[in-house]
Amino acid sequence: MNAIEAQGIHKVFNPGTDEEVIALQDIDLQVVAGEFLSLVGPSGCGKSTLMRLIADLLQPSGGELRVNGKAPAQARRDRDYGMVFQQATLYDWRSVSKNVQLPLEVMGYAKAERVKRAQAMLELVELGDFLEHYPWQLSGGMQQRVSIARALVFEPSVLLMDEPFGALDEFTRERMNMELLRIWQATGTTVVFVTHSIAEAAFLSQRIVVMTPRPGRITQVVANPLPYPRDFQTRADPAFHALVTQLRDLLRDAVGASDNPRKA
Amino acid sequence: MIRARLVNYLPTIAVAVTVLLAWELLVLLFDIQQFLLPKPSAIFAEFAYQVGLWLAPDERSILFESSGATFWEAVGGFVIGCGSGVLVALITSRWTIISEATMPFAIAANSVPIIAFAPIMNNWFGITNPASKMAIVAIIVFFPTMINTVRGLTLVDARQLELMRSYAASPGEVLRKLRIPNALPYIFSALRVASALSLIGAVVAEFFGGPRATLGVYITQEASAFDFAKAWTAIMMASIIGIGFYLTVLMLERRLMPWHVSFRVE
Ligand SMILES: Nc1ncnc2c1ncn2[C@@H]1O[C@H](COP(=O)(O)OP(=O)(O)O)[C@@H](O)[C@H]1O
Ligand SMILES: [Mg+2]
Repeated sequence: MNAIEAQGIHKVFNPGTDEEVIALQDIDLQVVAGEFLSLVGPSGCGKSTLMRLIADLLQPSGGELRVNGKAPAQARRDRDYGMVFQQATLYDWRSVSKNVQLPLEVMGYAKAERVKRAQAMLELVELGDFLEHYPWQLSGGMQQRVSIARALVFEPSVLLMDEPFGALDEFTRERMNMELLRIWQATGTTVVFVTHSIAEAAFLSQRIVVMTPRPGRITQVVANPLPYPRDFQTRADPAFHALVTQLRDLLRDAVGASDNPRKA
Repeated sequence: MIRARLVNYLPTIAVAVTVLLAWELLVLLFDIQQFLLPKPSAIFAEFAYQVGLWLAPDERSILFESSGATFWEAVGGFVIGCGSGVLVALITSRWTIISEATMPFAIAANSVPIIAFAPIMNNWFGITNPASKMAIVAIIVFFPTMINTVRGLTLVDARQLELMRSYAASPGEVLRKLRIPNALPYIFSALRVASALSLIGAVVAEFFGGPRATLGVYITQEASAFDFAKAWTAIMMASIIGIGFYLTVLMLERRLMPWHVSFRVE
């Protein structure tokens, strides 16, 4: 079954005004349940907009979108997906454990169950020793792990991640990439991962959607031949380099093409 | 820990002692008339005398009675004004249209010198009725509290709101779990200002008339009787109460928001 199905999606911001932006045009995409899929492209190509459409935080201007076979609004009400942003967006006034319990509180879980699940999830992201810490006492990478735990604690079938490691340094980012793969394999969640790092997309995903701006379109969907489990040796694999080069060429061609002044 | 605290306060104490000494010396050196500026030692002597009266079982200290009366006016007005400020903010923020419609008026009202209504409140409630002073204090503190609370409830990070939406949280849950905690720092910064304003409001309102045993009346009467040591002692009492009030609010704030930026200890 497909976790996400998009057909002919359009999104226009401020239609009919001077500030009209065609953020997305003719988006066709199927995400298979359990898949790890990345969206790459330069900023402004509509990656975040596509995520927000899937999450029912925005409404499409046209086209058909299904999440787990349902309308996005229904999927949201059914708590089918968890979200992780570039910023951890933890609540300052809650301890790490209480932050992770937040969605469970909203969803009406009993206290004992909340505590148990938060602890298990935080152990999965290797923060089992930090349950009673407050967000400001953690590093950026640790905060982002808390936000991943928070997104997964209610066992959503889809995890939407919008440049989750974009604000982290290179070393932390690579460690987080490994951890994310481990978590993905442990939970079997469908992951839609937005990044503007080609290498990150190549390292993580099974398929990579290459997007280009003005208007935001899908240029190509590239299958990743690299086997799992992936580790530090993956980046040294010639196949990894070939993939990175292929993606880079695709993006360069596409961005070059759209940079030509070609006003309708 | 306690010693570290003391070391922190040492500069403050040093400044206070220096200022008092300089004051005393200035009065002595230039032979300043006591009705212009009494010596700090004279003020402390009067204060000690009043403490003695207050502690003695068969004596009365009008100063302490006045302080008590003014204190309760300020506290009463503070509780009524801040309480209703927070309440009105909670109600109006629930319906964005109402809060958007009322905010300009609240902001305008906040820049009106409300103390000017003190004589009118004296007429409404009766000059010796503490309610007339509480009313003035309540109105003075209402607007800044309401305005700040509305700000805190509405200036919420867009991502955090989206997160709540992704959990399909009800508006009530968003209010309880996100908007109210987000508003706490805003509310407390208003309460700190309000704690100072409420004592000022009460004393100044008493300048327009009130029962004998209130600080404002005490100060005006002793000043017109040229008993300046007494007047200054009353001013000192007002200051002590004001600072005490402020520190109490600050302590409450630390209790309720230990996570807040301003209280973090590494
Ligand atoms: N709320 C909005 N109102 C108007 N324009 C928007 C809005 N959100 C995004 N856009 C525009 O849509 C385009 C795609 O934005 P976005 O999806 O954020 O791109 P990306 O995440 O790939 O960087 C950009 O041109 C951006 O300016
Ligand atoms: Mg983006």
